[in-house]
Amino acid sequence: MSVQELEKKQTPQQAALGPVGWLRWAWRTLTSMKTALILLFLLALGSVPGSLVPQRGVEPDKVARIYEQNPTLAEWYDRFQLFEVFTSVWFAAIYLLLFTSLIGCIIPRTAVYLRELRRRPPAAPKRLSRLPHSASFEGELGVEEAARRLRRMRFRVSTGDGWVSAEKGYLRETGNLVFHVALLGILLAIGAGSLYGYRGNVLVVEGDGFANTVAAYDRFMPGSQVSAESLEPFSFTLDKFDVAYQVTGDKRGQALDYTAHLKVNDSPQAPARDYALKVNDPLEIDGTQTYLIGNGYAPVFRVTDGEGQVAFEGAVPCLIEDKATMTSGCVVKVPDAKPGQLGFLLQFLPTSVPLVDGGHASAFPGQINPEVQVLGAFTGDLGLRSGEPQSVYTLAEPEDMKKLKPLLMGTDVPKPLAVGQSVQLPDGLGKLEFTGVKQWITLQTAYDPGRLPALLSAAAAVVAIALSLMIRRRRVFVRVGEGRVEVGGLTRTEGSAAGFTEEFAEIVQVLSAGDKDVR
Amino acid sequence: MSAEQLAEVSDQFVVAAVLLYVVAMVAFATDLAFGRVRPGRAVAKAAARQPVAVGAAAPPPGADVLPESASVPATPEPPRFAAVAGTAGLVLAWVGWVANLSAIVTRGLAVDRWPWGNMYEFVVAICFAAVSAFLITQVRHDVRFLGGFVMVTAALGLGLASKVFYTAAGPVVPALDSYWIAIHVSAAIIASGLLTLAGVTGILYLVRGDGPSRLPSRADLERVAHRAIVFAFPLWTFAVIAGALWADRAWGRYWGWDPKEVWSFITWVAYAAYLHAKATAGWKGRAATIVQLVAFGCLLFNLIGVNIFIDGLHSYADVD
Repeated sequence: MSVQELEKKQTPQQAALGPVGWLRWAWRTLTSMKTALILLFLLALGSVPGSLVPQRGVEPDKVARIYEQNPTLAEWYDRFQLFEVFTSVWFAAIYLLLFTSLIGCIIPRTAVYLRELRRRPPAAPKRLSRLPHSASFEGELGVEEAARRLRRMRFRVSTGDGWVSAEKGYLRETGNLVFHVALLGILLAIGAGSLYGYRGNVLVVEGDGFANTVAAYDRFMPGSQVSAESLEPFSFTLDKFDVAYQVTGDKRGQALDYTAHLKVNDSPQAPARDYALKVNDPLEIDGTQTYLIGNGYAPVFRVTDGEGQVAFEGAVPCLIEDKATMTSGCVVKVPDAKPGQLGFLLQFLPTSVPLVDGGHASAFPGQINPEVQVLGAFTGDLGLRSGEPQSVYTLAEPEDMKKLKPLLMGTDVPKPLAVGQSVQLPDGLGKLEFTGVKQWITLQTAYDPGRLPALLSAAAAVVAIALSLMIRRRRVFVRVGEGRVEVGGLTRTEGSAAGFTEEFAEIVQVLSAGDKDVR
Repeated sequence: MSAEQLAEVSDQFVVAAVLLYVVAMVAFATDLAFGRVRPGRAVAKAAARQPVAVGAAAPPPGADVLPESASVPATPEPPRFAAVAGTAGLVLAWVGWVANLSAIVTRGLAVDRWPWGNMYEFVVAICFAAVSAFLITQVRHDVRFLGGFVMVTAALGLGLASKVFYTAAGPVVPALDSYWIAIHVSAAIIASGLLTLAGVTGILYLVRGDGPSRLPSRADLERVAHRAIVFAFPLWTFAVIAGALWADRAWGRYWGWDPKEVWSFITWVAYAAYLHAKATAGWKGRAATIVQLVAFGCLLFNLIGVNIFIDGLHSYADVD
């Protein structure tokens, strides 16, 4: 026989591997432990960029900043879906393969397990002294009596001619299987939540209200199966927002408690009720939660234009520039002012204190001495009529900004305004009055039908993994005859031999002690 | 005592714990350096198969993990002071443990809340958990060899906490003011303590060769690490899920891929990989230990690195 012939003979199945064979091979490879391990590692590795690169769903502003500062890098990130790692195609590929592999693993294991559950423990081996744990003692012990004592220790027992075989710890595999099914449950619950749930963010100023409709949200993130009519029809008004700050010691200025006093209507017909919304304690209305997420200041301004008309009056939510002192930046746009549109850049200082250099700064986040520093006043076209969406936190687009005529800037700006004070614009173009301070809160509303199933699955997973790791499968055999009793034992779980020594000794003791000492 | 005085007492307890742990480390090291040389592979297994004598009670504590074998060829009897040093190390470790516990309790009284609201308090608590895991294991099995290494880890951890993460006693931000801190963070602390024990043992495994050594056999080291992880993994799972429940109360979603959540997940997956590698794929020894140590690296990065290097919702560290 030539070498080639020999090789052919050794690999006959390779030539015969048809499409079915390939499928079978693929399935077997996918469901093998080695593949599962590789997929687990890939899952861990694939998550890493999700923590290093800002994610669109979590920090959209940071993503935008990367686009501004390094467009090429951002483009490459985007090409690999690194801004949305956890909804990316490649991440989905990893976990779907992993879960397929998992299903391919648990189905046959469940079948084996069910068969094992119905089977009696196997016959005792001939020589029990060869087992990892063994003992013998003098005495008469009937097969039935030994079986009875083992059963009382909750062993599953089978008997034969002069031997007893017992097994225990079946819950281990139950735990193992339930754990993996529970993981599938969590995945499905998350999937259902993202299809049928929604999240929305909204900013509400003291005195204002909110009704749970799509249009009322500043940002609305619905699942693909959510329709506008399916939103729970509740509404509320923010009466007052309270913050308690630490006033002494090293942690001076740290927030201690936030409370938003709401008047809630559970439905359009329902009567209003008071509700104190706090962090860690959401408002729950029929499965929809509303959370207190953030807060800030909204100073109230009145702008009178050159023709003596009040062209703007209201609270202006300001962006927090420094969290420790709540120094905030505000923008007031007055497109209705005549003869020309007016715009103001302001800084809100909740506790204004003079600095050595003549400037002012906030020394405390609470409002003890609220003042507004005018940073700049402008007139000209603010570019609001272009129809393009504009940020309320910037005065105008950079190109429009250049065309504005500065009225007050640099050294012209007056001292900070206290409540009730105002500043006159040059050339009789109008005046800005600082009339009061309100606060704003940001809320997140979330509806997630997958919450409860996810919780139940997670609870099942924790209990099951504890069972699966703590319980060991063990067998005990007894052979009786001629005044001697032999006992042998083994654990069927890798790495769990330690600890069985004590249990085995106890079992031997119960078998040898007779009725007087049976547990 | 006023809150300020209590906080000061707590700081002094931390210093006392560091000193005690360092002295205990020296004592354990003396025991290890001059104590009995242990055999390499295979011998331990033979000893474990000795049949149980009739009517004998459970073997004495400490007998089953590291069975001393008579078959070690001609090792000289170790000097008496080695054993004395080992005992002294244990006593010192217990005293240091009490100091560590007192530091946590007085801190809790000083701030009138659960004393793990920032990085400093968290690391102090993890060191306590790691030492507890060691001492409690020591009650049942002789793992004295681990003493020096656990002590040095705890002393360094406490030192790092005091020098780098130190935060004056004070209230926490409203987001952390919840009963969930007792559940979620406690579970994370206990699991981390156990996993630290496993990590230290894993490093010893890599350091130890297969020949005779003063360290226990590689098989025994592997077993200690595996048992610690088997205990810690369900706890870690629980900690992550409790965290999700808290996130659902506080942030309006139970899972949002915040960096801390991402790294808890990575750590969980890595330890799951270790357990699978060991249980089903039959990896043993070096390979399994390296997987374990990679997972431990993820845990450390999650506990410390994420708070320092990455911005996220868990940025409560108060680290300047």
